Amino acid sequence: MAPKLPPQHSLQHSSTAVAGGHSQHGHAAQPKGIMRWLLTTNHKEIGSLYLIFSLVMFFVGGMFALVVRAELFQPGLQLVEPEFFNQMTTMHGLIMVFAAVMPAFTGLANWMIPLQIGAPDMALPRLNNFSFWLLPVAFTLLLSTLFMPGGGPNFGWTFYAPLSTTYAPPSTTFFILALHIAGISSILGAINIIATILNMRAPGMRMMDMPLFVWTWLITAFLLIAVMPVLAGVITMMLMDINFGTSFFDAAGGGDPVLFQHLFWFFGHPEVYIMILPAFGIVSAIIPTFARKPLFGYASMVYATAAIALLSFLVWAHHMFIVGLPLTAELFFMYSTMLIAVPTGVKVFNWVTTLFRGSISFESPMLFALAFVVLFTIGGFSGLMLAIAPADFQYHDTYFVVAHFHYVLVPGAIFAIMAGVYYWLPKWTGHYPNERLAQCHFWCSIIGVNLTFFPMHFAGLAGMPRRIPDYALQFADFNLLSSIGAFFFGASQLIFVLVVVMCVRGGKKAPAKAWEGAEDLEWSVPSPAPLHTFETPPVFNRTHHHD
Amino acid sequence: MHRSWQRLLFITSTFGITQAHANGWNMPVGVTDISQDIFGLHMAIFWVCVVIGVIVFGVMFYSLLKYRHSKGAKAASFHEHTSVEVLWTAIPILILIGMAVPATATLKNMYDSSEADLDVMITGQQWRWRYEYLGEDVAFTSNMSTPREQIRGEETRDEHYLLDVDEPLVLPINRKVRFLMTSDDVIHSWWVPELAVKQDTIPGFINENWVKINEPGIYRGQCAELCGVNHGFMPVVVHAVEEEEFEVWLAERKEAAEQEAMGIDREWAMEDLMARGESVYQAICSSCHQRDGQGAMPAFPALANNDQLINNLDWHIDRVVNGVSGAAMPAFRSTLNPVEIAAVVTYTRNAWGNETGDVVQPAAVAERIAQ
Repeated sequence: MAPKLPPQHSLQHSSTAVAGGHSQHGHAAQPKGIMRWLLTTNHKEIGSLYLIFSLVMFFVGGMFALVVRAELFQPGLQLVEPEFFNQMTTMHGLIMVFAAVMPAFTGLANWMIPLQIGAPDMALPRLNNFSFWLLPVAFTLLLSTLFMPGGGPNFGWTFYAPLSTTYAPPSTTFFILALHIAGISSILGAINIIATILNMRAPGMRMMDMPLFVWTWLITAFLLIAVMPVLAGVITMMLMDINFGTSFFDAAGGGDPVLFQHLFWFFGHPEVYIMILPAFGIVSAIIPTFARKPLFGYASMVYATAAIALLSFLVWAHHMFIVGLPLTAELFFMYSTMLIAVPTGVKVFNWVTTLFRGSISFESPMLFALAFVVLFTIGGFSGLMLAIAPADFQYHDTYFVVAHFHYVLVPGAIFAIMAGVYYWLPKWTGHYPNERLAQCHFWCSIIGVNLTFFPMHFAGLAGMPRRIPDYALQFADFNLLSSIGAFFFGASQLIFVLVVVMCVRGGKKAPAKAWEGAEDLEWSVPSPAPLHTFETPPVFNRTHHHD
Repeated sequence: MHRSWQRLLFITSTFGITQAHANGWNMPVGVTDISQDIFGLHMAIFWVCVVIGVIVFGVMFYSLLKYRHSKGAKAASFHEHTSVEVLWTAIPILILIGMAVPATATLKNMYDSSEADLDVMITGQQWRWRYEYLGEDVAFTSNMSTPREQIRGEETRDEHYLLDVDEPLVLPINRKVRFLMTSDDVIHSWWVPELAVKQDTIPGFINENWVKINEPGIYRGQCAELCGVNHGFMPVVVHAVEEEEFEVWLAERKEAAEQEAMGIDREWAMEDLMARGESVYQAICSSCHQRDGQGAMPAFPALANNDQLINNLDWHIDRVVNGVSGAAMPAFRSTLNPVEIAAVVTYTRNAWGNETGDVVQPAAVAERIAQ
């Protein structure tokens, strides 16, 4: 790939602008301390806030998972009552999806999209501040339900009615409010990202010149705008059923519990792609960098991402193969789901072909990206198995499904986030992460993640249902392994925190272009990236392969 | 033709995995034609994935070993190749079509529940199953029978821990049995892996599924859809028997049902009602109101020393017969018979320090239900 670095003069431009930035603007004194973070409109600071919030929530959600795994360590009820167990499985899912993975990607988007397209900031900086600060409000509210009479949500992160309406604990109304707030945050964030990408690219950068992280986030943002209102609609219907005597989902009043699932999964399936498409973008940046070779099939990567996004609106009922859909619907959703394997396969083939005849080195970002390719693909394989509707009558709602979506979300989405963090930490902090510790984190995570989730395939096939606090004796060995793996994986993540903290505080100095093979615009600004970058747009130098 | 194609898939795919099945690592092959077809599909798609995985990861790890920067590998600069890209789009489509054909055939077969020899209504309730042999006047509920002491670790857990019930569903082999499935409260899912039947039971809907069992035996499963606090304690046990044995069993159950019906009109002694009431209470009521009647707030009120209950007999009977709309308490008028309701009301009014002395006769309950 020909370098996309702007000519040297534009570099000069941006760094001089940085040096003089503050005084030139003539702002009144910048707020200090907490007010600086409450009021910041800077994309880098807001990006950091998102990432820190997400990391904290990752540990909160992780603790909930460990409560679940501790109870499932052996048969019988030992530590928690089933009622609390259900709250833990529910909260684990909600926190990980809405408070850990999604904000992590938004944080990376905030930091990197302006840097990758040569923009000085996000298009709507105050909205950006508002989007972030909604999140701590939403999730403080959500977590507070655990302390309310009757406990927190206990109906699974999919909150199927009527378990989540007629039969739900009184705190459910707070759960609905929390989700509304988080949803507004996501929609505003998505609007901001779309506005930034469409309007603020450096002169000369066309859509098909954008790095794939920008492309995948653009498509993700459209998904968010399309489906978050559907989630808002369905939880509002729940709110009405619970508090205002309607019967949207109450069969006794003429309502339809299956309608809930159609609405939920019309949101929910695109939602799972919201959690994976930006990961594709990160991996598509890292693999070419460390293979020192241009990404294979840039255009087909873009088209495949768009195809996956479009298909995500046509497959929702594969989550509902056993609710009693008519045969024609089962067939339609089986075929459309199988089709997703095609563009996903294209992506995997492209990554592998990028490696082929490269010049590969194995720094920590690359290790996580390679693990992503292998383990996400394994999750894709089990996804293909789940698409076979007749077989899904056996797989559905078992640990096989739990294994599947954890493979695509943990060594999928979360490994990609960690790869991205290790990749961009030199840009953020000016220091390289401690490579020995990062590699230690990697190998511990790889062992932990597989020890936790691989046995779940077997437990599920052998007949263990999801979301049970106690299980029959034939599942004991699998659960023992999973629990050991989970605690090991959880503890390994402390190494990650250590590496990040050490990297912020010091370490080997990184140059502007921190990785030899890195090509995108973010590597043209100094490391650490100054608070304000690209105040004068760089001239995007298009000598690019996909012209 | 589809059938023979599937048989072929089945035979090729079972090769070498019998051991895995015996160890409980894999999906059970099952005891119906459909479960075996599904197993064949499962193994076929599994091997397809294995082959693709070996090729893709093979190329990947070859590249990782061969083209290492540390070994002085020089990177090529190619970044697209139209014919290769078309090829690896087209080949997966062909593989998927190859999978879709047998899957479609199996699915069509699964959906054909016509011409059944026997209809069984399955109703999910928090947290038990009710089985009704339609047109035979035989109905009963099936509760988990694993004792609490085993769950709490105070007793050794037996072989079928959490997978035992007081009354299994008895079905004849070699006959097509149609299931009509619904729920009285939240969504449950009735699942027996060896029959490859998993179907949601949904309030307000009646789903259909069917089974034709090839071998007698005891087949165990569980509720598969999160249905509340005791979701993990809602097993399914199917006892598949020879057809003659089934007929004998059914006749016995019919006779017992008639006996029970006659019990409605006679006057019951208090100790008989108390004894019967205690067994009904422990089987049906204790999962929410607890075995000692202390309840579990906020969802499940205590019955012991409950003034409202003690002071108002009519209200008490009404709650059991008609349930509480908008709350977890179901209406028992169609799931318990008048004898059982009279017994359990009598029991709750005279147990755990509730000393009302009230005796409720089945006839009075029957009258109440008729209203």
